[in-house]
Amino acid sequence: MEAGKVMVGKPLVSIVSAGMSKFGRFDGVYARELFVEAAKDAYERCPNLDPRRDIKALIVGQMSESFEHQGHTGPTVADWVGLTPIPTIRTEAACSSSAVAIRVGIFAVMSGLYDVVMVGGVEKMTHRKTSDVTEYLAMACDYPFEQWQGATFPGLFAMVGRAHMHKYGTTEKQMALVAVKNHRHGAMNPKAHMQKEICLEDALSSRVVAYPLKLYDCSLITDGACCLVFTKPEIARKYTDTPVNIIGSGQASDTIGLYERENLTNLDAGRLAGEEAYRMAGVEPKDIDVAEVHDCFTIAEIVAYEDLGFCERGKGGCLIEDGQTGIDGKVAVNTSGGLKAKGHPVGATGAAQAYEIYLQLTEQAGKRQVKGAEIGLTHNIGGLGATGVVNICKRG
Amino acid sequence: MNRMLEARPFTIESFYKFVGEGKLMAAKCNSCGAVILPPRPACSKCMSTNLQWTSVNPMGKLLTYTVIHVSPKEFESKAPYALGIVRFDNGGQLLGMVRDIEPAKLQVGMTVTIDFERTSTPTAAPAQTPPQWPTWPRYFFKPA
Repeated sequence: MEAGKVMVGKPLVSIVSAGMSKFGRFDGVYARELFVEAAKDAYERCPNLDPRRDIKALIVGQMSESFEHQGHTGPTVADWVGLTPIPTIRTEAACSSSAVAIRVGIFAVMSGLYDVVMVGGVEKMTHRKTSDVTEYLAMACDYPFEQWQGATFPGLFAMVGRAHMHKYGTTEKQMALVAVKNHRHGAMNPKAHMQKEICLEDALSSRVVAYPLKLYDCSLITDGACCLVFTKPEIARKYTDTPVNIIGSGQASDTIGLYERENLTNLDAGRLAGEEAYRMAGVEPKDIDVAEVHDCFTIAEIVAYEDLGFCERGKGGCLIEDGQTGIDGKVAVNTSGGLKAKGHPVGATGAAQAYEIYLQLTEQAGKRQVKGAEIGLTHNIGGLGATGVVNICKRG
Repeated sequence: MNRMLEARPFTIESFYKFVGEGKLMAAKCNSCGAVILPPRPACSKCMSTNLQWTSVNPMGKLLTYTVIHVSPKEFESKAPYALGIVRFDNGGQLLGMVRDIEPAKLQVGMTVTIDFERTSTPTAAPAQTPPQWPTWPRYFFKPA
């Protein structure tokens, strides 16, 4: 059986190493310097890799030049991590920029052009005023018809939340429970931006940002970088005894404006990307042991449960309320702390999701390890769901 | 429909020029009948460029809403303000501010109608946009 042109369940690429900078607020540090921290982590994790000899291309996701007034990020970070003169590609798909870098890395290896590539992402955000960050991020929605009319990113996701509440009875408490869970997980992740647990009352009583979303429903403005090293599957064991294979990859697009859509309660690009990835991987939602999903706002995680088939449409709120998405739940979701607690350096987020799944499938996740996790999934959304990317990984 | 109207290109700029004249206009595809709101140079359903301007029926239903408390700089004087997505009765959807109603009284499904900017000087564009950036007039929603 085939999915697209790919044999079902066949490894597309192998991840032989991965690295991540600490996520947080780092004054006086440039994006390229954060990427060095991520690359060093990946190099040290894989002593058999000689980066200068082996890595043939670098694909890096970054959302916006505005943060550092710096474009042309590909060659810049390649130089800083000792890889000049290899070719570089920068991918931009808002908050899913580095999930798209992962996809381009898959294309690069599967085409046969390169045996080993580095993919990753970076964003340096915290040195900017919150109002500036809000404005740059809002460029990922439809400027003339959303931003111009007074919309903000939290405001747009809030409208998805309000529609979900109306149609399915989802509650503010259920949204707050996502924040509580992800902070609980983040407290076990030494690289997370926020390593502190919160209680339900804290979340529910935090100030309103855009009704029904409150401060604790929103992810963090964070600095960070992350990278992965891909090889063609046949040579993965030259580099490591514990490769992780990407066995399914899907991506879809949707209208740039939320307002144009028939369905305002779910994000179809995420759903379609998931369906493509499941088909390619030959697995079903019930087979997923651990997932990193796009919780830029708590409602987005509830929507992701439904779009990925972890529960029926409309039942996402019940899934979190029943405690089914904690580390010991039916499917462990956002063990890293998610965008909510680990942080959301937008261009690095997709790669950082894959980094967490890599750790989980190689038993390197420490206190937050999901016992015996075999199959993991990443779900990354760009903008208001105008891009959706899902990758499925399996122990090699 | 007069010649001046017909001659306007099916662009975002034209849409907002109409808004400035107190009109809500969409493109209608003469090939497949789709109502294209906001207008585009070609119909996204069939890619036909055989289009004509059509007035949007200003009555619609509020599909969802939010109340923005943390706003961009340009809107700080208005916060908290309500924002909604409306489906017009004869097709097309838009996002805009909802005025003339207490935010607590907003309801999904309520009937609203269109309203237009009441001052001649629209709110400034964001600080980061280039100086030549258009400052379009705005439309609003209000209870019908």
